[in-house]
Amino acid sequence: MIVQNDDLKLKLRAFLNNATSVQQKTDIDLLSLILRERVEKPVIYIGTSTCGMVAGAGKTLQTIKNYLEEKEIDAEVVEVGCIGLCSVEPVLDVQLPGRARISFQRVTADKVDYILDGILNNELPVEDVFYQYAQTKSEPWPKVPFINQIPFFANQNRIVLKNCGIINPEDIVEYIAGGGYRAFVKTIRNYTADKVCSIVEESGLKGRGGGGYPTGQKWRTTLMTADDEKFMICNADESDPGAFMDRAVIEGDPHRVIEGIAIAAYAIGAGKAYIYIRAEYDLAFKRMKNALKQAYDFGVLGSNIMDSGVNVFISVRQGAGAFVCGEETALIASIEGRRGMPRNKPPYPAEHGLFEKPTVVNNVETLANISSILDNGPQWFSSIGTLTSKGTKVFAMSGKIKNTGLAEVSMGTSLRDLVFTIGGGIKKSKRFKALQIGGPSGSCMPESLLDTRVDYDELKQNGLMMGSGGMVVMDEDTCMIDIAKFFTDFLQKESCGKCIPCREGTKRILEILRHITMKPGDEKGHETLERFKGVMQLESLAGVIKDTSLCGLGRTAPNPVLSTLRWFRDEYEEHIFDRKCRAGICRELRTFSIDVDKCTGCTACYKKCPENAIVGSPRMPHFIIAEKCIGCGICFDTCKFVAISVS
Amino acid sequence: MGRSIKELLENQPNLSRDRLIPILQEIQDENGYLSEEAIIVTAEFLKLPTSKIYGVATYYDQFRFEPRGKYHIRICRGTACHVEGSLNFLSELEKLLKIKSGQTSRDGLFSLDIVRCIGACGLAPVMDINQEFYTGFSIPDLSRIINTYRLKV
Repeated sequence: MIVQNDDLKLKLRAFLNNATSVQQKTDIDLLSLILRERVEKPVIYIGTSTCGMVAGAGKTLQTIKNYLEEKEIDAEVVEVGCIGLCSVEPVLDVQLPGRARISFQRVTADKVDYILDGILNNELPVEDVFYQYAQTKSEPWPKVPFINQIPFFANQNRIVLKNCGIINPEDIVEYIAGGGYRAFVKTIRNYTADKVCSIVEESGLKGRGGGGYPTGQKWRTTLMTADDEKFMICNADESDPGAFMDRAVIEGDPHRVIEGIAIAAYAIGAGKAYIYIRAEYDLAFKRMKNALKQAYDFGVLGSNIMDSGVNVFISVRQGAGAFVCGEETALIASIEGRRGMPRNKPPYPAEHGLFEKPTVVNNVETLANISSILDNGPQWFSSIGTLTSKGTKVFAMSGKIKNTGLAEVSMGTSLRDLVFTIGGGIKKSKRFKALQIGGPSGSCMPESLLDTRVDYDELKQNGLMMGSGGMVVMDEDTCMIDIAKFFTDFLQKESCGKCIPCREGTKRILEILRHITMKPGDEKGHETLERFKGVMQLESLAGVIKDTSLCGLGRTAPNPVLSTLRWFRDEYEEHIFDRKCRAGICRELRTFSIDVDKCTGCTACYKKCPENAIVGSPRMPHFIIAEKCIGCGICFDTCKFVAISVS
Repeated sequence: MGRSIKELLENQPNLSRDRLIPILQEIQDENGYLSEEAIIVTAEFLKLPTSKIYGVATYYDQFRFEPRGKYHIRICRGTACHVEGSLNFLSELEKLLKIKSGQTSRDGLFSLDIVRCIGACGLAPVMDINQEFYTGFSIPDLSRIINTYRLKV
């Protein structure tokens, strides 16, 4: 790694000040060395963001270091962020002098010796090779696909994720050499705040956190509000389970986010900004703190930045674990040190926000787009995407899909392409059943809607929402009632309790859903009817919650139920009338029986049954009384003779 | 236990209300949980009623009021993990450890928490024990994993 000495700092500052005039050969050489377009000794890259670590990158890294030390090999080890394809982590890249950077997949600690033995001697360990990078200044490896030939990457358009998994997120030098902070310096030198708002307005950028409100307009409202102090907040409280793009961006390219915040703060006239990072993201918090320190040291944050007279101070706050804090007024309350509860809007935070001052709250992904927009101009940005939705969107794909991970696509890409081309289709060649999009309060959609394109309006027309970009794919083994129950349970627990429709309504919905998935206590004729009545009530209850809740969480809380009711009504009917769960997920609807030939009468199940639903005497076959059985499955787990069968 | 709570409070840059959550987080980082004493001392420093501090602390999932076990287990209950069957894993863990989530076992060895989403959805199901991650496990694996920790003592 290049030492961050004063000479280098001066050179890079000069580069930032006048980016176009790097003509001296030594400077060009220096930049290409920093960017690792050419390397002087072998470089080993390993993805160590949270997903990599979970897959075992920590052990791989340690093994690599031991290997290099043992064999006394002079090589540089670089920790990078996540390239986006979680299902093949840990990903290890090697770049030899003069050769293209090449990637290996699923490099667990035990494979390190084998791979390094091969590659460091210029021999390819073929089976673990994934792809290579197209680098003009180095010789490519024969018979290895380039990164843009892999379907997962070929169909993406990476703007926000451009550097993720490529550069070292802990070194500001690499970000600057790649063109980072250039847009910010250009902005504070050449543009008025008003002009910045206009550029962002012109680009057509909309909020990526879920709301889809035009970002430039939000900024202008705040800029126009007269006050002695204003605040900028970056919302990194990515609390949607199933979404992790904000984490990946912060872990993989924190300076891009900082630059976006700094430009936004300048555009609205704020001197102080906050980044609110979710409690569970330890690594993101650490990397962001480190990145901020470097930015202050380098002089792209702080007072009188690059002698322009502009001051921007950014501090980072860690959330404390509350889903609703993703809502902007709740987030503001949380930063102020209060319970994170939303309040009535208007007045909007643009006028009355943090400490009663005008405040802009923007999502991480929104802000990560800003530097590219100012660098390349609004026309460049608005040329990507559809008529009303511009730019790209990052999706976090998980669930029963082959390629799980992060994919950034241009607006207008169809969901089918996302699932089947980029995502690679369904795992274990099962059948696609549903796609859940937009986080817990989003919707489940059936296959017939898969041709919908990624576009704020088109999604809305089909009763879906973009949300923050979480996408969970479900196959035939998933029970849709169970999914609706899971989300409602989540939303009910995360409801802050301030307004009654959300607090009580979600609880009642959950009760009805539980009732549907439970065995009836006693078999009366009208019970099916009662349960059916519950479903009818679900619909009217959902309507009330939707219309009368205070904040976005409440207003969208019935979505999981409404969407599953709309598209998977037959499954509800099956649960109610036939008491059957076709996916076999709703445990309490299962029926158990004992095979008299296999039962030895050991009485183990008899003793464990919590409902006394098993009868029989020792050493004689036992029986289950169906009416008493609650379907808990304890007997099934207890039986050592596989005498109990489930259907 | 490292610094005392008083020391920690005296090192704060300022003592305004908006420092409350960061302060509580620091205390929890240091001690593993928020004791009654910690809350009373914080209240004195910030000149806030203890009821307000409890009000804030109990609102957020992150704060614990019971000491952590020697091995702190966090199991992810996010959407992707749910689809992969994390509810069954949770109930298996509760059965193995004889505690519910949010509790600490009587011998102080294990504590169990649900985490909403670790953000590694591509690798679901995910669980971590003292920052050591486990993924792609099945029900029989759990008792094996827990036993290795039991044997470490």
